[in-house]
Amino acid sequence: MLTKRIIPCLDVKDNRVVKGVKFLNLRDAGDPVELGARYSDEGADELVFLDITATIRFRKTIVELVEKVAENVFIPFTVGGGVQTVEQMDEILRSGADKVSVNTAAVDNPALLTEAAQRFGSQCVVLAIDARRSKTKPGRWQVCVKAGSEPTGLDVVEWAVKGEKYGAGEILLTSMDADGTKAGYDNELNKAVSDAVNIPVIASGGAGKLEHLYDAIVQGGADAVLMASITHFGNCTIRQMKEYLANRGIAMNL
Amino acid sequence: MIAVVDYNVGNVRSVCNAFRHIGCPVTLSRDMAVLQDAAGLVLPGVAAFGYAVNALGSAADLVKQLALNGKPLLGICVGYQMLFDESFEYGRHEGLGLIAGSVVPIPPEQTVPHMGWNQVLLAEDIDLFVGLGAQKHFYFAHSFYAKVTDAKAKIAYTDYGFSLAAVVQKENIYGVQFHPEKSGKTGLRVLENFAKICEKPPNKFGG
Repeated sequence: MLTKRIIPCLDVKDNRVVKGVKFLNLRDAGDPVELGARYSDEGADELVFLDITATIRFRKTIVELVEKVAENVFIPFTVGGGVQTVEQMDEILRSGADKVSVNTAAVDNPALLTEAAQRFGSQCVVLAIDARRSKTKPGRWQVCVKAGSEPTGLDVVEWAVKGEKYGAGEILLTSMDADGTKAGYDNELNKAVSDAVNIPVIASGGAGKLEHLYDAIVQGGADAVLMASITHFGNCTIRQMKEYLANRGIAMNL
Repeated sequence: MIAVVDYNVGNVRSVCNAFRHIGCPVTLSRDMAVLQDAAGLVLPGVAAFGYAVNALGSAADLVKQLALNGKPLLGICVGYQMLFDESFEYGRHEGLGLIAGSVVPIPPEQTVPHMGWNQVLLAEDIDLFVGLGAQKHFYFAHSFYAKVTDAKAKIAYTDYGFSLAAVVQKENIYGVQFHPEKSGKTGLRVLENFAKICEKPPNKFGG
């Protein structure tokens, strides 16, 4: 049986790992290669690196980072941040990443997902969605792009379903409302999306306690849980997370 | 020296990095002389099947001939799928035909792609698994799988709602559907075992 995955997320700005609250007030959390290797040694199932330096334009420096990570980390990792073209995805994959996440560029041009899936296989194509709870429609969320700064008017669940049809192999679903708060994932959001698609959903935003991880998997239907604040700054190791979840009956790679 | 066959698809670097990390000399090449001289070949693969087969192009015949002549060959993911007769990913494509079988979609009742860590029941008689115990988790990322029909192939399975062939060995030809280069310490151990096999290849005539 497939295990549920624990995925530390490393937001990278100017070659340092940073972490904020609701996408703001960034704090330094260390060197991306060292931190990535440490999480891998501690038993992380996967890593995500997001270049948040330039949110709109792809930067060559991310490729250098990918090369260094790939020399030191022997678990899968996803890379994203400003990726706009299939050529850029190719460059990232060739440098040693396993998957590439796209966000703004896919909203602008959903055919990018199809082109990427046909060339690399859909398992390499992660659709990252930054979701903000609608103030006017209860139980609905709006897709935001450009690092969350720009609301699009697109409905998150509808966009996720469309993204799957276009070729995305996985959805990295971040609740902007919960991000960095350590108050728990938005499991209503996770459930709405995971019920609507057949591809894996990674819950992101809000992890603060071990039980939050359990809730995202059981209530939210997530296939994987992503976290940053609690691994970077917290007192909770990946081993503890896995043992806790395994003890509560969730299949884990321990 | 192990040669990773370079055919211009993503993520070949990770396979080379993993061999280097375990101290095994490795080169990335599609040059005939280099592949002929190598102690063993690795056919990596992160790509859609059709794209990969086209990209492999003329190197396909060479890899096939070397494998048929007894050189250890390890196919990884799509490189593993290419060992079979044919695939139905985005249309029908012919594979290398080294192992009888077809590559077909994972049934839609399952979450597709099959992505993440799954437990493989390690068959004792497959020497890639020496020292690994009865079962271990490996990292998978694929939407198609091989239906193996080759009577001479030894198979190790993983459970994904059905028995999915995770590893196949036919004499000196090995294939793994998972990514050993991305399966942490357990995966590196599989690559170490393959490197040892290359030092002393199995006798293809079974003696």
